[in-house]
Amino acid sequence: MISRRNFCKKSLLVAGGLAILLSALELFDPRRLEAEKGDGKKVRWVFLVDTHKCVGCGFCVKACKIENEVPYDANVTRTWVERYVVTKDGKTHIDSPKGARDGFEDTRIDIGEGKFQEIKNEEISKAFFVPKLCNQCDNPPCVQVCPVGATYQTADGVVLVDRKWCIGCGYCVMGCPYGVRFFHPVYHVAEKCNFCYHRISQGMQTACVDACPFGARKVGNIRDPQDPVTKVITTDRVNVLKEEYGTTPQVFYLGLTKEVK
Amino acid sequence: MVHGEAWTLKEFFTYPNEYIYWTIQIVMYPFMTGLVAGAFVLSSLYHVFGVTQLKGIARFSLVFSFALLPVAMLPLMLHLQQPQRGIEVMMTPHFTSAIAAFGIVFSTYGMIVASELWFVYRKHFVESALRLRAIPQRSVPENLWHLLYSALTLGATDISHEALEADERAVKKLAAAGIPVACFLHGYAGFIFGSVKANALWMTPLMPVIFICSAVVSGIALCILTYILTMEIRKVLAARRRREYLELPSTEELKSAELHVVTMTTKYLVMFLVAAITLELLDLIFRGYTAMKSWDILRSVIYERDFVNIFVIQYGLGNLVPFIIFLTPGLTIRRALLGTSLVLLGVFMMRWNVVIGGQAFSSSLSGFMHYVLPIWPDSMETAKEGLVGALTVAVVPFCLFYLLNKVMPVFKDTH
Repeated sequence: MISRRNFCKKSLLVAGGLAILLSALELFDPRRLEAEKGDGKKVRWVFLVDTHKCVGCGFCVKACKIENEVPYDANVTRTWVERYVVTKDGKTHIDSPKGARDGFEDTRIDIGEGKFQEIKNEEISKAFFVPKLCNQCDNPPCVQVCPVGATYQTADGVVLVDRKWCIGCGYCVMGCPYGVRFFHPVYHVAEKCNFCYHRISQGMQTACVDACPFGARKVGNIRDPQDPVTKVITTDRVNVLKEEYGTTPQVFYLGLTKEVK
Repeated sequence: MVHGEAWTLKEFFTYPNEYIYWTIQIVMYPFMTGLVAGAFVLSSLYHVFGVTQLKGIARFSLVFSFALLPVAMLPLMLHLQQPQRGIEVMMTPHFTSAIAAFGIVFSTYGMIVASELWFVYRKHFVESALRLRAIPQRSVPENLWHLLYSALTLGATDISHEALEADERAVKKLAAAGIPVACFLHGYAGFIFGSVKANALWMTPLMPVIFICSAVVSGIALCILTYILTMEIRKVLAARRRREYLELPSTEELKSAELHVVTMTTKYLVMFLVAAITLELLDLIFRGYTAMKSWDILRSVIYERDFVNIFVIQYGLGNLVPFIIFLTPGLTIRRALLGTSLVLLGVFMMRWNVVIGGQAFSSSLSGFMHYVLPIWPDSMETAKEGLVGALTVAVVPFCLFYLLNKVMPVFKDTH
């Protein structure tokens, strides 16, 4: 026969036990989890570069400079293309004259200070082009180091600079491992690629994507499973630049090799 | 012209946007804050730890530290692309940035030094104000001096024995509180560099500690150097004035007092010098031993491109030679003068090798950049961030010290 005291004890235990299960259901509400996993945001801009398709024409660099009013002849650029020539002796030769604004008109490698290096065709084991732009990192070191908060990350992941607030200390320029930042020659504040934020937020493509004749550049929304860029990133073997810095870059590359800096 | 293009030479592959963005002014900034912190630590050795041998130089270094303080900010203002917005660092600090701490640390430190100075010189302020007040017909400059001193007393005119003792206690407390703040002021300058993960040369947790040690070294060295120079001037002046006022100390008295202070102070200089060199060498050895990905390019910068700057000027002339000079028995004023000048050169080169050396290679680790210091100012940019700007920063503290010395005489006991 169960005593009254025992009955109370056991019923409390059962009620408590049930409550745990019920609260667990609440805790692990799959719909809520789904929403929280994507932190509730519907857009996260990412970029996809197919290095196999890039021919180094430099149309993207030209288009970017014009679209974003970075002085055409200034030796700075929001995006650029690098040429890699790996010779049979294992050496890697890299150049990007004027950021490849005019493409690569010279077959010789620009080694700086007005000097060029000739490489014979038969010495080359492989050669390719790698377009570069801001990685719009998930953990952007440039945003972390800005002393006044003039550079910030939008909800959809793009890092922007407030030209009215930047003090021009250059700490962000120093903090970026990818060398995408510079001082704007006209405004004298930090400048960088912003995935043409004024265009993508209006449903357009970035200037460089529009200008690329070979489809080597694509911009997309990683939160949209139907986005062709998302499909490639999630199903193909993509890579990112300088992952070791913990910046979680969001520009993905197809055909990236170890030689790429 | 793009900012940085005027003084950067690029070799092999560098990213198109890479230039030497942090130039001579950013070398001057840690150098000057280092002097501020070092001078303060030197004065605290007397006030807090009661190292009485340093009494002669303690007040001197405190005033000098105060004179250097505004100058720590000057190189930053000359470096900023938008100097008119520089105040935003204090108004809207973004605390994930190391630089954002500047406003708080700098103003805390400034307030500590200013209030310590006030307590040290309160007696002098009150006495001067009362003396000027007693003059019945004051001339215009006397009137101005009277106004200044009356304002500086802040209305506290009690200079009884008890009040002065209370002052001394306050000085001791402030000096004690000032040491960690001074170290923080400079340690955080080291943190600014040490925390840049994108830069292989800068990124090390040792950076703040190395900066503090070399800061103390440079601060003490500058204090000794300026002390010797001012004492030499005083000797000349004393010889001339002694004809009128016989109670003034003779040249010989000044000379022996000078040598005593200098010998004592160099002992502390050598101690901190040993600590600084040990840490710097540890950093270098560790980098070579672990040989991470970036070591290839770092090695070619350290052992080839910057060899003269690092091993000949910084370690050789700036550390080893002064070390021998100070440790050889029978230190003379002339040798101390040479030794401290070389130490200052060494610390300056250490800053140079960190700031400029850290940008001597591309973050692609495949190319180099060379900094050409703009000597002749052909534009505002090359004036601000060239030799002229650097010299301005170097000269201003001495002008300020001259002015401060008029209000707060560091060698008051001679009058």
